[in-house]
Amino acid sequence: MTSFTKPIIRRKNEPTNELGLVRADYDGAMSTLCAGCGHDAVTASMARAFFELSIEPHRAVKVSGIGCSSKTTAYFLRESHGINTVHGRMPSVATGAIAANHELTYIGVSGDGDSLSIGLGQFVHAMRRNVNMLYMLENNGVYGLTKGQFSAAADMGSTAKKGAINELPPIDPVALALSVGATFVARGFSGDREQLVPLIKAGLKHKGFGLIDVISPCVSFNDHKGSTKSYEHTYKYYNPAVHADYVPPSKQIKAAYDAGDVMPIELHDGGQITLRKLENGYDPRDRAAAVHKLFESGQSQEIVTGLLYINEDHKDMHEMARMDDRPLNAIPYSELNPGAAKLKEIQKSFR
Amino acid sequence: MKPTNTRNPDYYHKVVDCQWACPAHTPVPQYIRLIAQGRYGDAYLLNRESNVFPGVLGRVCDRPCEPACRRGRLEAEPVAICRLKRVAADHREDITDRLPKKPAKTNGKKIALIGAGPASFTVANDLAPLGYECTIFEKLSEPGGLMRSNIPAFRLPEKVLSEELDCILDMGVELKLNSPVESMSAFLAQDWDAVFVGTGAPRGKDLNLDGRWEDGAKDNIHIGIDWLESVAFEHTKAIGKNVLIIGVGNTAMDCCRTSLRLGAKNVKVMARKPRQFFKASVWELEDAEEENIEIMVNHSPKAFVHKNGKLTGMVFDLMEYVIDDNGRITDQKVTGQTTIPCDDVILAIGQDNAFPWIEESCGIELDKWQVPVVDETTFESTRKGVFFGGDSAFGPKNIIWAVEHGHQAAISIHKHCQGKMLTGRLPNEVDMAPTKMGMFEWRYSNSYDDAERRKMNHVELTKRFAELDVEVELGFTPEQIATEVERCLNCDIQTVFEPSLCEECDACIDICPVECLSITPDGDEDTLRASLSASEKIAGQDLFVSSALPMTKRVMIKDENVCLHCGLCAERCPTAAWDMQEALIQIHHADDQDEGAVP
Repeated sequence: MTSFTKPIIRRKNEPTNELGLVRADYDGAMSTLCAGCGHDAVTASMARAFFELSIEPHRAVKVSGIGCSSKTTAYFLRESHGINTVHGRMPSVATGAIAANHELTYIGVSGDGDSLSIGLGQFVHAMRRNVNMLYMLENNGVYGLTKGQFSAAADMGSTAKKGAINELPPIDPVALALSVGATFVARGFSGDREQLVPLIKAGLKHKGFGLIDVISPCVSFNDHKGSTKSYEHTYKYYNPAVHADYVPPSKQIKAAYDAGDVMPIELHDGGQITLRKLENGYDPRDRAAAVHKLFESGQSQEIVTGLLYINEDHKDMHEMARMDDRPLNAIPYSELNPGAAKLKEIQKSFR
Repeated sequence: MKPTNTRNPDYYHKVVDCQWACPAHTPVPQYIRLIAQGRYGDAYLLNRESNVFPGVLGRVCDRPCEPACRRGRLEAEPVAICRLKRVAADHREDITDRLPKKPAKTNGKKIALIGAGPASFTVANDLAPLGYECTIFEKLSEPGGLMRSNIPAFRLPEKVLSEELDCILDMGVELKLNSPVESMSAFLAQDWDAVFVGTGAPRGKDLNLDGRWEDGAKDNIHIGIDWLESVAFEHTKAIGKNVLIIGVGNTAMDCCRTSLRLGAKNVKVMARKPRQFFKASVWELEDAEEENIEIMVNHSPKAFVHKNGKLTGMVFDLMEYVIDDNGRITDQKVTGQTTIPCDDVILAIGQDNAFPWIEESCGIELDKWQVPVVDETTFESTRKGVFFGGDSAFGPKNIIWAVEHGHQAAISIHKHCQGKMLTGRLPNEVDMAPTKMGMFEWRYSNSYDDAERRKMNHVELTKRFAELDVEVELGFTPEQIATEVERCLNCDIQTVFEPSLCEECDACIDICPVECLSITPDGDEDTLRASLSASEKIAGQDLFVSSALPMTKRVMIKDENVCLHCGLCAERCPTAAWDMQEALIQIHHADDQDEGAVP
């Protein structure tokens, strides 16, 4: 054998979701990433989140750019829609797709290179517009596909595999998102799927732009001593601060939550995100508090994770732009294209 | 939980479900790999080490391995282990010069083996090459015990049996035929260093109902095992047109199919209970039904009917049972009666041990069931130096159990003759051998094959009744062999985990096609199992729990129950914390019990 594939095996008594599908129905092609890559764990977490939310694969859209992380859209949800775009241009393609049909579930998969260097402008404006999608930024601080140069997310003072020291300050996607108006801002770690899977579920159900910056170690080029994005470093300074669980409308228990311990946040679909492990009265609806917490923890090298900020009140792009509620494919052709006479009439109004 | 001790030799042995279930612990995956490589002779010899009669057992074994097969937990059908064993036997090259040999000189110890069945032959097989002078005493004119007298030739050809018996006799074993032992006390007075009794459970149960002993009728009522023996030795050559078989065990299946071959046209097997309570193996039932045998359930025998000094039929109570959720019968009632006409009745309702030839004065204690009191480890009776094995030890079981009894008794006899303690036996051991050859390359066929179990081809119905000895099963074709060997999951290639190397990247968890791995905070077994998606517990298979992992002090757990041994976890692991290693289970026999034994 020169390569291997993961066989599809139907087991007796395999758990199914509300659609009667099994977890493996949400898998994709075999990953060709390095063995042990954090991205594979993120892929598995995304597949599990879609499975647990019982989203029909053909009602989901995967979009990505270029890079190791962007390859991973091939590795889950084999029966969904998807497009690999030009480097850094995934946000605009996603924006267009959502404008055309906002009834599907959109997930973007990108990396620190694709999002924070070549695609930084696109990334920021998608957040500004509050495009209704979940944006997974798989962050390993390094250009893995081109063999280990520092990315814009590399921390100052961290070293490359051969010892070179990074002297440039990093772009923190979470800080960036908080400053430009993303409405669901979270950080996760590929090694903690107990936290990550519920976070992805909450992000998919949030209406508006959701960012999850996932620390996802590169085993081949950034998993050494001196790296601040290695498994060892991340486990050492890891702080799962805010745990978010998505509770669907059907499963809600209207029990009294112990205030201060669990905080419920109502979502547009009637479901709920419940937040746990809140420290010292931290309120993720308070943007200033989120910024403060982020910079405070940064000083002690601590990697604070979880749902750091959420705003359910802000309008998403579709609503702001007062677009038709129907997907374009559901609008009759005569309405989409009212004809030459109508065009003339419109042009006339501008003269 | 306490970290799993994989150094316990039983831990990895248990994971190899088939080998663990086999009384003689035949290394099934290992010999299937040899068959896959076309090394039939090697596969045969490996089989022979543990089960002694691969050709016989490849046809008629009770196959405790197959219901245990891991494959059966994934889909419906286990690997056709028994049929593959037959492949090794049928296609082996000449291996005569690789068999244990008659030693140049004997050690002067005289061992008597009573009854020429599988148990005695196994003892002889183990002891003769060590220099023991073994003599087998048999009351019939041919050796083989029930393998010859009760298993019909259409299932086990005479040639196959004789070959495997002969190669043991060729080790310098003396066989005395037509030599029943009629008095144990007289026999023990002879100069034996040890005596082994392997006389089986030779007394078929009778059914004392009304009309059983009526003159004229009683000649048409037969005891199953006696009748089969009489057919095997060609004393009985015909039977009536309409035959009823009472009982629904494997002997009943042999009786009904043999009846068809002696001229019966209409054979019914009468069962007292519903199908799920049948004693016969599923495949034996299928084979009988393929020959248009009718199996009638819920008929309880009541009386024999005769007219003018001739058996004409049998009366049955029609039964109805109340069965609870656990499948147990909690109540029963008779709903009516029916008479079914017949010319002959064969009783196949079980068999008992019988030792009329063992006098009380011998010091061999028999319990109230007439079963000897035998030590379960040493197989020694209450008289020193007298051992029992096979059906004669603990009542009717099967050939493969008889073989294992023989192995254990041989160890005891060897120790007894050396004046050593019988209980000081070598424990099983496990050797681990690496299997990694390179990137994506292992020393075994690790990729999962979803082929279905191959179906054995049978001789056409129209041809198989012509002679009594037309073997029904044709054996696997080369194509069937090639497919079936790939169905084996190689459960003996173990997933070996080294916690100190683990980086907790979750790669193994994600790649596992059956989701049997998890990294989770330590807890009790139920908590740990809850973190697995396939968490139902199946008896016998353990949960593997590692020691604390270096980064987070969580533990790696693995459900041994559903693992496919596909090696993807080891393939995907960046630090080689997972490795695939072949577990070679060392099962000891008489020849390696002590240093300096004659090889």
